[in-house]
Amino acid sequence: MDRLIASLAQIFVLCRKEILALVKDPANRVILVGPALIQSLLFGYAATFDLKNVPYAVLDQSHSAASAEFLTRLDGTGIFKRQATLTNSLQIAEVIDDGRVLMAVSIPSDFATRLAKGGQAPVQVILDGRNSTTAGAAAGYVNAVATAFNAKRAGAPPITVVRRAWFNPNLDSRWQILPAMIATLSMLQTLLLAALSVAREREQGTFDQLLVTPLTPLQILTGKAIPAVLVGVMQSTLVLLIARLWFEVPMNGSLWLLYLGLFGFTGASVGIGMSISALALNMQQAMLYTFMLLMPLTLLSGLVTPIRNMPEVLQILTYANPLRFGVDLVRRVYLEGAGLFDIAFDFVPMLVVASVTMPLAAWLFRNRLA
Amino acid sequence: MNDTPPSVVIKALSKTFDGPDGKPFQAIDGISLSIPPGTLAAVVGPDGAGKTTLMRMMAGLLRPDGGRLHVLGIDLAEDAQEVQNRISYMPQRFGLYEDLSVQENLDLYADLHGVPADVRVERFSRLLAMTDLAHFTDRPAGKLSGGMKQKLGLACTLVRVPDLLLLDEPSVGVDPLSRRDLWEIIEQLIESDGLSVIVSTAYMDEAERCDHVFVMNRGMLLADGTPDELKAGARGLTHVVSPDDGVPARDLQARMIDAPELVVDAVPSGGQVRFICQPGCNEAALKALLHDCDCQPREEELEDAFMLLLHQHDDGHGDASSPPPLASQAPAVATNGNGDGPVIVVRDLVRRFGDFTAVANTSFEVKRGEIFGLLGPNGAGKTTTFRMLCGLLPATSGELLVAGVNLRNARAAARARIGYVAQKFSLYSNLSVYENLDFFGGAYGLRGKERRDRVNEIIRQFDLDPDVHSGNLPLGYKQRLAMAAGLLHQPEILFLDEPTSGIDPLARRAFWRTITALSQSGVTVVVTTHFMEEAEYCDRIAIQDAGRLLALGTPRGVRERSGIVSGHMNEAFIAIVEKARAAEAEGQEAA
Repeated sequence: MDRLIASLAQIFVLCRKEILALVKDPANRVILVGPALIQSLLFGYAATFDLKNVPYAVLDQSHSAASAEFLTRLDGTGIFKRQATLTNSLQIAEVIDDGRVLMAVSIPSDFATRLAKGGQAPVQVILDGRNSTTAGAAAGYVNAVATAFNAKRAGAPPITVVRRAWFNPNLDSRWQILPAMIATLSMLQTLLLAALSVAREREQGTFDQLLVTPLTPLQILTGKAIPAVLVGVMQSTLVLLIARLWFEVPMNGSLWLLYLGLFGFTGASVGIGMSISALALNMQQAMLYTFMLLMPLTLLSGLVTPIRNMPEVLQILTYANPLRFGVDLVRRVYLEGAGLFDIAFDFVPMLVVASVTMPLAAWLFRNRLA
Repeated sequence: MNDTPPSVVIKALSKTFDGPDGKPFQAIDGISLSIPPGTLAAVVGPDGAGKTTLMRMMAGLLRPDGGRLHVLGIDLAEDAQEVQNRISYMPQRFGLYEDLSVQENLDLYADLHGVPADVRVERFSRLLAMTDLAHFTDRPAGKLSGGMKQKLGLACTLVRVPDLLLLDEPSVGVDPLSRRDLWEIIEQLIESDGLSVIVSTAYMDEAERCDHVFVMNRGMLLADGTPDELKAGARGLTHVVSPDDGVPARDLQARMIDAPELVVDAVPSGGQVRFICQPGCNEAALKALLHDCDCQPREEELEDAFMLLLHQHDDGHGDASSPPPLASQAPAVATNGNGDGPVIVVRDLVRRFGDFTAVANTSFEVKRGEIFGLLGPNGAGKTTTFRMLCGLLPATSGELLVAGVNLRNARAAARARIGYVAQKFSLYSNLSVYENLDFFGGAYGLRGKERRDRVNEIIRQFDLDPDVHSGNLPLGYKQRLAMAAGLLHQPEILFLDEPTSGIDPLARRAFWRTITALSQSGVTVVVTTHFMEEAEYCDRIAIQDAGRLLALGTPRGVRERSGIVSGHMNEAFIAIVEKARAAEAEGQEAA
C-alpha cells in the first residue's frame, strides 16, 4: 500500500512537471487554445456543403406572367441571387466563363404558350460544371422549385413525397461536421503533443536523466500520458462549447457518456502519439511521422466520405483508426442521443489500439537505441 | 610587396546580441587591435569570450554594431565580397557534406572557389598527402573520425591559397594526435605559401606556437603580445609544491584554491601541485597554508599568464560566473559502506553498432570513494561506456555491475543509489531552478517536507537562485544546477558525462573543487572528460581511444608507463596512443 502511494506520488510529480512545462511556455499556451478555437470556427463557417447565395443569370425570352412567377419562386428560396438579366443566348457563355454566375436559367419564348396548352414546357439550366458538387446541389434546388411550381399549377398533385431527415431535420451539414470536430480537432493536437513529449526530451537530453531516476517506464508513460489526455479532453470541451453555444447545434445525448467516449478516444490517440514519440529520435522526426499519419487517419475516419464506399481492404484498415470510432461515437451521442449500449462497440477498437500502443511506447523508451 | 597592409585593423569594434534572458549581451565590447601581415596570430580566451563572434566579423559574416574593421586593407563595411574573395574561413564546425566522399568534398569546394583544373591536381595531391587522407578519398566524409573530418575541413578551406586564413577553434574536440597533425599542416603552409593566419583557440600550448597572442575575456581584449611578453606577467609567481606522502595532490590543491587571497590558481600535476601565488602575498601565510611542504619555483608558462589575466579581470568585475560553490562543506552523504570492495565492476565489456565497435573488450573496477576518470578524445567510446554503466544502453556482451547490480535490468529502486549529470547539463529549460529540483526530488521518491528541506538545502549549498528560469542560466550555473539535481537524493555513486566541456577554466577549477569535496565525504565519482590535464584530479584513470582501453591506473602510473613522467598529461596521452597504434600495426604485419 505504501509502495503504491509512493509510486503514485512519483507519477503525480511527473504529471505536474509536464503540465508546468506546457503552461510555462508562452508559445505552448497559445497552441493549447488557439488552433482548436480557430479551426472549429473555420469548420463551422467554411466547411458546409449547403448552398447559399448562388449567383445566377436569367435569360427570359418568354416575358410572361408564368415565367415571372417561376423566377419569383427561384428568387424566393433565398438560395439564388440574380446577378444578371441577359438579353440573348450568346451572353450565357460569357457570364459563366468568367465565373460571374454559377448557373444560367434560360426560359424559351414559347414557355407560357406551352404551359397554357398543358404540355411540357422545358426550362434550360446551364451549370458551371467546373465545380460538380456545387453545380449538382444547385440543380437539385432548381428541380425542387420546378416541382413546387408544377404542383401549384396542377392543383393538388396525386402523390407528394415529403422527406424528413432524422437527427438533422434541415440536413444542415454544419450539424454533421461540428460534432465530428469535437473528436477530430482534439486528435490533431493530442497526437502532436504526445509525439513531441518524449522526442523533445530525447533531443534535449533530459530523457536520459529521466531514465536514470527510479521511475519505471510504466510510470514515465503514465505521467506523460495523463497530461496529454487531459489536454485532449480540454480541447474537445472547447469545440463542444463552440458547437453548442456559438453555432447552437442542439445536443441530444448525455454529457457523461460523451466524455466517457472522449476519454477512451483520446487515450487511443495519445497511445499512438507516444509510440511515435518513443520511435522518433528527435522532434523533427516526430513531427514528420505525425503529419504522415494524420492524413490517412482523417481520410479513413468517415468524417467526410462514407466508409461504406471504400474498397474492402481500406474498410478493414479503418478498424485500427480510433478517429473512425471517435467520430462515430461523438456524432451518435451528440445528435442521436445514443446510449452506452448503442455505442459500446465503438469502444472496442479504441481500447485495443490504446492497449497495444501504450505498452509498445513504454517498451521503446528503454529499448530504442539513440 | 613592400607596402602590404596589415592583415587586420580593428578600431573600437563592438557587437551586441540578445541574451537568453532577453537582455542585451555585449559579445564584443570595444576591441581595437592590429595584426601585421605574414604573422600567425592566436586569439585565446575561455568559452563565451567572444572569439567566434570576432572571427565571424573578420570574415564579413556578421555586421558590427560599432567601430571599424579593415581586413587586408579593405573596409569590410564597404566591400565584404572583395574581402571574402581573398580570405579563407574555417568555422568551428566545417560544412562538410557527410554523404559525399573525401574527393567529392574537395572537388565541390574547388568548384565553389573557381580553382582551375590544372592547379587542382597538384594542390589536391599536396593537401591529401599533408592531411594523410590520400588512402581515404573514396570514403564518405560522414564516416571519418573527428580528427580526420577536421583535417578534411582544413583541406577544403585551403583548396586555393588565400591571402589570409581564419581558423575558428580548429582543434576543439579533436584528439591530441590529430591536434598535433593539424598544427603541423598549418605551420607547413605558412612556410611554403607565406600565409597569414589568425586562429582562435582555448588551448595555451597552441597559442604558444604563434607569433602574436591576443587574450580575450567577456568581449574585451585583456592583453596582447608575443608569448614571451605575455609570460613575463607571471614571472616569479609560479611554483610547484609536493604534498606529504600519502596525501592526494588534489587535497592540497583544494586547500590552496580555498585561499584566493594567497593563491591565484592551483592545479594538480604529476602528484604535485602547480600554483600561481598572488603578487605580493604574505609568504609566512603561504607557508602555513602549504603545511611546510616542499615548495620550488618553476618556470612560468603561457597558461599561468592567462590564468592570472583571467582572475584579475574577473575579480575586477565581481561577476559571479565562477566562484567555488561549495566552499568546503561537502554534502552529507549516506555511505552505508561495506568495506573496500569495488562498487563498479566491468569485465570484457563490448558494444557494437552494426559493424562498428564503439567499445571493445573493456575491463576495469572502481573502488568505493574513488574519483575515476574515463579519458579520451571525442569518439573514443567514453560516452558509450558511460551510458552502459548507467543502464541507458545495453551492452553487446560482457559483465557490468554497479553497486552489485546491472542497472539495465535491476529494479528501479537500485537507480536511486546513483546520481547522473548528463552531457550539456540537460534540465527542463522553461522550468525554474526550484521546479527542476523539486521535480527530480519527487522522481527520486522524496516526498513532502523531506523534499522541500532537501531542495532548499541543496539550493543553499550550490548558491543557486531558486526563481530563475534554468534556460536563462549561464553555462557555469547550468552545470551547478545539474550537479545539484544529481546529488539531491544523496547518491553513493555520481556519474558525470563531460561536466567541464564548454566551461571556462575558472568554473572548471570550481567544479573540481566540488568533486574533491564530494570524494572526501565518501561519494564514488565516475567522470568522463576530453581534457587530459583533468586526469590529475582522479585517483585512477582509464584512457580510451577508438573504443579500446589503452591504459588503466593512477595518473602517475599511467605517466610512468608512457615514459613521460613530467610535463603535460597530453604528451603522455600521445605517447600511449602512438605506442598502441604501433603495436597494432606490428600485430597486423605479423598476422
